[in-house]
Amino acid sequence: MSESFTFYIDGVPVEAAPGMTILDAAQAAGIWIPRLCWHEELEPFGGCRVCTVKMNGRSCAACTQPAEPESVVENDSVALREWRKALVELLFAEGNHFCMACEKSGSCELQALAYRLGIAAPRFEHRWQAREVDASHADVLIDRNRCILCARCVRASRDLDGKNVFGFTGRGPERRVAVNSDARLRDTDLDVSDRAVDICPVGAIIRKGVGFTVPIGARRYDGAPIGSDVESANDELESANEHTEGGAAATVRQEE
Amino acid sequence: MTSPHESRVRDICRQHGSDPVRLLDIARAVQSEFRGISQQSIDTIAAEVGVPRVTVEACVSFYSFLSVERQGEITIRLCDDVPDRLAGYETVRDAFVHALGVPLGGTTADGRFTLERTACIGLSDQAPAALVNEVPVTGLSSDRAREIVESLSRHGDPRQLVRKLGDGNNAHPLIQSMVRNNLQYPGAILFSPYNRGEAIRKAVAMSPAEVIRAVKTARLRGRGGAGFPTGMKWEFAREVEASPKYVICNADEGEPGTFKDRVLLTERADRVIAGMTIAAYAIGAAEGVLYLRGEYAYLLPFLESRLERRREDGLLGSGIAGKHGFDFDIRIQMGAGAYVCGEESALISSLEGDRGDPRDRPPFPTTSGFRASPTVVNNVETLCCVTRILEEGPATFCEYGTPQSAGTKLLSISGDCRLPGIYEVPFGLPLREVLELAGGESAAAVQVGGPSGRLVGTSEFDRRICFDDLATGGALVVFGPDRDLLSIVSAYTEFFIEEGCGHCTPCRAGMPAMHDLLERVRAGRGEHADLDRLRELGETIRRTSRCGLGQTAPNPILSSLEGLASEYEARTHEAEAGMRQSFDLDAALQPARAVPGRAPAHL
Ligand SMILES: Cc1cc2nc3c(=O)[nH]c(=O)nc-3n(C[C@H](O)[C@H](O)[C@H](O)COP(=O)(O)O)c2cc1C
Ligand code: SF4
Ligand code: SF4
Ligand code: FES
Repeated sequence: MSESFTFYIDGVPVEAAPGMTILDAAQAAGIWIPRLCWHEELEPFGGCRVCTVKMNGRSCAACTQPAEPESVVENDSVALREWRKALVELLFAEGNHFCMACEKSGSCELQALAYRLGIAAPRFEHRWQAREVDASHADVLIDRNRCILCARCVRASRDLDGKNVFGFTGRGPERRVAVNSDARLRDTDLDVSDRAVDICPVGAIIRKGVGFTVPIGARRYDGAPIGSDVESANDELESANEHTEGGAAATVRQEE
Repeated sequence: MTSPHESRVRDICRQHGSDPVRLLDIARAVQSEFRGISQQSIDTIAAEVGVPRVTVEACVSFYSFLSVERQGEITIRLCDDVPDRLAGYETVRDAFVHALGVPLGGTTADGRFTLERTACIGLSDQAPAALVNEVPVTGLSSDRAREIVESLSRHGDPRQLVRKLGDGNNAHPLIQSMVRNNLQYPGAILFSPYNRGEAIRKAVAMSPAEVIRAVKTARLRGRGGAGFPTGMKWEFAREVEASPKYVICNADEGEPGTFKDRVLLTERADRVIAGMTIAAYAIGAAEGVLYLRGEYAYLLPFLESRLERRREDGLLGSGIAGKHGFDFDIRIQMGAGAYVCGEESALISSLEGDRGDPRDRPPFPTTSGFRASPTVVNNVETLCCVTRILEEGPATFCEYGTPQSAGTKLLSISGDCRLPGIYEVPFGLPLREVLELAGGESAAAVQVGGPSGRLVGTSEFDRRICFDDLATGGALVVFGPDRDLLSIVSAYTEFFIEEGCGHCTPCRAGMPAMHDLLERVRAGRGEHADLDRLRELGETIRRTSRCGLGQTAPNPILSSLEGLASEYEARTHEAEAGMRQSFDLDAALQPARAVPGRAPAHL
């Protein structure tokens, strides 16, 4: 393998090995690039596009684009923040997300990202498209109303569990997560201990019987905004609050 | 116990070697024999081919021409693309609905007929048109619709609907179609007389590097839309040290309003195949695939016969044109109704038996394409140009066109003009002159390059057709002064919503949001700020989408906002103080009125 090289994210020099994606290199350097479908244990999918950055002026998905030597990457800019906000708002408008009644609330990556990006309410019309819920399985439930089509379950079942429990059917706005049986989740070989179960970033795949057991205040994103774990790995980084455009404050703003 | 049905499905799988890569062919065959791919057939295919059933379901649900529900013995697919709408699609549709007694999407109770709508089928110059199973019927009217239903009810044979054969090879015994070429303006390059074998003999007398140099000297750029230099693409694939390598001809021709590849395949199939063979020689490929859109299935027997004839003549197979060690053959892969499969990485997914989802680039197909091998994908017209360059030499080719855009361009012209059809014009011709040729002088607007191109108004008619000005894959749809242009913009936007693969957020969720805003404006409830919202959202989708489909899907709205701003401004108003223009009082009251059963009149 050839030598590692340097490129720049918002002016900060970052090291990368050949073939490494911009997002992976940023991650290693303690720079957070917003993302939803990316997961460190999975092959990148390039679906949510929330990780969009500009490399040498051209937009691309940081999770799939290999870093290039000496390239100049723009991550935290007004234009990119606006695009990312729009994408997250589109996901809210597309699905049916009633956060106040969702077990994943407080631990949901979509919700946490919305807060961090300072989204109070989506500016697009909700589609209110009814989608199927499948509660047939003894231990696991899938509520497609909350699915953001990130394919984490599909990839995890295939690559981590070796099972192919999930896949996609349909195209365009009709694309849905499907299960590997002619109708129900219960007829697949999904087990509650599968990685595919816990890897869902939102409340679309959830374990039964454990909802609302974590008290408010102790949930995943109650203490610090999404991304701060990555950033705190970098000593030179300014405090996470400065980067947070809403953080906890956005929760308050939404009530207005 | 296996039913006879399922053992037949198993046989179909085995005929295709139970190979997962042939999944699309298997699905097409099952669909055609049983008029649908039932849940049970999906299980059978999955078991026989050895893939998870969800993989089979994913593929079946992706393509428009495949269905889980059983369809009628005869499926009538009405093309509802914009030129068809201009030519009376709605009355034709109503006549079919009435004659069959089922709505669009319905199947008659006796299981004989299914009526569907479909996107452009490549017959825009003879619209309204439809496919009856695989048989194209053109120039439809409501009378003709009734006649079709009546005669199909009698004999059940779509081929008998063809009364007058089309021109040229459309009348060939292996085609026998009523489709017309409408070759209004055959130019000097593509439709010139063809001497079979000449180009290949010249190519094999050169080294592969010299062939690539000739293509570069001719400054050939891809005709499929993106305009990438062909010689450079070939060189990339040639330089990768890997074997095997593949050549793919992109005959998916899905861009609405485009039909030039259909005419090339009908009249100059040998030139297309020769182009693939020359590409194979240049990059060192032994296998080629011609990906033919499902809508053109009626050309399949004819194209197979042309391949066979070339094998007999030593122009395909081993030791081509007497060149020891140059072995190459071609198979035809049929598509099944999906525009996005024309995008080269989606085409490769589809070829491998997957859903036609595009892939991430890099790696580019020239490095890792079909079966992870170096692959060159070229458009039908590009490959014809290659053959011509080898026949006549690069210098002759460059006598036409401009420095940046050498050669000629085939245009598919339809809509409000007197002479719709195919035109081969030198690059650089102003749009205005093209319109004069086609009898479309009174146009108020032209969709150049199909919906992914640009909707231009009269102020842009002096722009020239070439890569560095008005670039186009070849579709020109002409609109007269009386047309409601925003309804056309809306139809094209719906096309993209329906044809996106759904992989990425901006295209899948963003395009419906753009459509909402557009419809608000069309209904007269838009504010000026909505136009800015459209611009911003369009820009976001353009910049963040994963593939060319999403990157161009906002174009009908964005280009018309630029060139035809008055259309929008006439329909938008500033809200009165404190009021929201977009708020529809009637719609909001509707649920409350429904409870006591009040009609809207009784506010
Ligand atoms: C959504 C979409 C649809 C496309 N459809 C076609 C098509 O039907 N035919 C075609 O030749 N190219 C099509 N293309 C372009 C191909 O991706 C590719 O650039 C082309 O086949 C390369 O051939 P060329 O260099 O000879 O033009 C399409 C691109 C996109 C993004
Ligand atoms: S169910 Fe969850 S993990 Fe699977 S695609 Fe939907 S959001 Fe992603
Ligand atoms: S832009 Fe995204 S959703 Fe649209 S067709 Fe391309 S990959 Fe699919
Ligand atoms: S994280 Fe890159 S596209 Fe989703």
